[in-house]
Amino acid sequence: MRHIISLLMENESGALSRVSGLFSARGYNIESLTVAPTEDATLSRMTIVTSGSDEIIEQIIKQLNKLIDVVKVLDLNDGRFIERELMIVKVKANAQYRDEMKRMCDIFRGRIIDVSDSSFTIEITGSSSKLDAYIESIDKAAILETVRTGASGIGRGDRILKV
Amino acid sequence: MSSNHISGAEIVIRCLHEEKVKFVFGYPGGAVLNIYDAVFQQNKFKHVLVRHEQAAIHAADAYSRSTGKVGVALVTSGPGATNAVTGIATAYMDSIPMVIISGQVPTYAIGQDAFQECDTVGITRPCVKHNFLVKDIKDIASTIKKAFYVASSGRPGPVLVDIPKDITAEKYEFNYPKSVHLRSYNPIIKGHSGQIKKALSLLLNAKRPMIYSGGGVVLGDAASQLTKFVRAIGSPITSTLMGLGGFPASDKQFLGMLGMHGTYEANMAMQECDVLLAVGARFDDRVIGNPEHFLSKPKTIIHIDIDPSSISKRVKIDIPIVGDVISVLTELNDLLTKEKTKQNPSLKHWFKDIDQWRSMNCLSFKNDKKLIKPQFVIQTLHKVTKGDAFITSDVGQHQMWAAQYYPFEKPRRWINSGGLGTMGVGLPYAMGAQLAFPDAKVACVTGEASIQMCIQELSTCKQFHLPIKIINLNNRYMGMVRQWQEFFYGNRYAESYMEALPDFVKLAESYGHVGMKIEKPSDVEPALKEAFSNKLKERLVFMDFITDQKENVFPMVPNGKGLSEMITAEDL
Ligand SMILES: Cc1ncc(C[n+]2csc(CCOP(=O)(O)OP(=O)(O)O)c2C)c(N)n1
Ligand SMILES: [Mg+2]
Repeated sequence: MRHIISLLMENESGALSRVSGLFSARGYNIESLTVAPTEDATLSRMTIVTSGSDEIIEQIIKQLNKLIDVVKVLDLNDGRFIERELMIVKVKANAQYRDEMKRMCDIFRGRIIDVSDSSFTIEITGSSSKLDAYIESIDKAAILETVRTGASGIGRGDRILKV
Repeated sequence: MSSNHISGAEIVIRCLHEEKVKFVFGYPGGAVLNIYDAVFQQNKFKHVLVRHEQAAIHAADAYSRSTGKVGVALVTSGPGATNAVTGIATAYMDSIPMVIISGQVPTYAIGQDAFQECDTVGITRPCVKHNFLVKDIKDIASTIKKAFYVASSGRPGPVLVDIPKDITAEKYEFNYPKSVHLRSYNPIIKGHSGQIKKALSLLLNAKRPMIYSGGGVVLGDAASQLTKFVRAIGSPITSTLMGLGGFPASDKQFLGMLGMHGTYEANMAMQECDVLLAVGARFDDRVIGNPEHFLSKPKTIIHIDIDPSSISKRVKIDIPIVGDVISVLTELNDLLTKEKTKQNPSLKHWFKDIDQWRSMNCLSFKNDKKLIKPQFVIQTLHKVTKGDAFITSDVGQHQMWAAQYYPFEKPRRWINSGGLGTMGVGLPYAMGAQLAFPDAKVACVTGEASIQMCIQELSTCKQFHLPIKIINLNNRYMGMVRQWQEFFYGNRYAESYMEALPDFVKLAESYGHVGMKIEKPSDVEPALKEAFSNKLKERLVFMDFITDQKENVFPMVPNGKGLSEMITAEDL
């Protein structure tokens, strides 16, 4: 099953490679991994999207906790949570595509953030599966370039990951 | 600059003094010259100059295995650090507390492919408990303090501190922190009392209880608590290769070692028990064989371990108890005393089954008139040393024979590479143990292939007057490899012979030691007696035993098979 794991770690050089090294050394999947400093500059927050059986996910959480630089780990899938990912897509917007691209952008609640005679650059946020759905919905031939941040997640309501 | 400022190199040394370090094993080079200059000007610890950095790490590792203290090694950047990697990985796999200090090129040269630069922190990351690159002289003392703390607490392990050369020359005040707190690292010491109570009642009510103890008992200094507990509940007990000595081998409750080359009775009891208590052991592939086969006989499993990630890693655990083994065992013993429980009546029947398995006599072997049997050498070694030596070993058949035929009564006497299985550790391990216990008998059981992987250390042994006794079980084969080729590869002995062997007697003599070649079974005991006699008390003796080439290690659980699917000597 797909899991989103959030963790707080010391904002030190090398900390990221400890986490990514752990995943490659033990053969765990990484679908995406994002990391940035938090409001407390000594801490970084990382979101890892992975998949595996319950036993593997349990091991991943334990192994992450074992890393000396990791302060706290939370499996978001243990409760209710919100997931968001940002995608920026450059699509063809010549006469053939211009109207359709505008319409699809609206349907997916995207925003056109750059325009040229022949292209639109569109920003869309949502769960990873919503972004996948957008890509599925438009004509493949119209896609010029895509870039995605990977998912970030946060617990709903009072579920808080903090030191 | 105020007058109490000292160089970064001196700070390193002062930190080691604060940690009461007695020995530093190392090898100099450009990036650590400042540190070596400070080593020269102190006499609180002894620096042991090895002949290869790998041996420095192994010797520091064995110092730790034999004493329980943190082992310390010092190596230079680049090749010094890469040579150390095998030693570090070996210590990591067996959870040995160590601090390794490596020199690094100056901070301003990092990343420029400077002379003798390598990414030591990157290279060692997967084989250390933690590592640090110190970028500022202000951080040297606090980092070394953290390194000792992390190495020796929780599940122990090696910690590396990489120090660029420029900051060992700069000056700063020395201030060693009294304590450390890491918000991200809080090892759990005390086990969950509810779980502990549950575990005890399961064991006391089991029909076929079994205890399986591992290296964690030795590392956690919990042998006497374990012994007390096992004797009180009266159940059988087995031990992993790493746990030998954690429970006295001569006790009738002890079934010998389990696993790939475990005894018939230990492996059968593991398979057939209904409640299993694992203490400081990790159910690895060489120990329980095929996990599905192992679980095919239903059992309730209790697991005490300090590392939560060891629990339910290979085998699903019913009653996990995360905590320091000594603390949990002490709590179990206290409960037993309080409750004054009487012994479990089912034990009688259980031991009847066990005695049946024991009567297989799975470790029996036939001595030969002409050929020296390796098992016989180990038995005689046990007799001559009265079972009271530190035994180190290399990796191969000789290692298994040492484990099988030298019963250990005390912890920290058996020193070998269990997890990584590193050939070459035997001699440097003996150095670490002999330095820690100068008056003790220290024997290195090795093979003609393994010994050649760190043979250069004979020179270190001469310099530091280490009277180690080397027991070379010379079968002219990488015996363990040959055994697998015989069993599983149709006798095709691909590259497992040992040709062009040196004359070990002359080799030992050329290093200034005593050499002996033993070719007849009747000479085994006299040779060992002589080697351990007062006359040779101060000398290293290299005993080259020419043994039966065809001998194999039994019993054997073939790779991927279940524990009860052993091949015994009789099967062939
Ligand atoms: C560094 C290293 N390389 C290779 C191996 C694989 N290996 C395991 S046992 C063995 C043979 C050891 O031969 P020897 O030291 O003569 O011991 P014997 O088995 O003959 O007693 C080898 C090559 C290893 N364990 N370590
Ligand atoms: Mg051999």
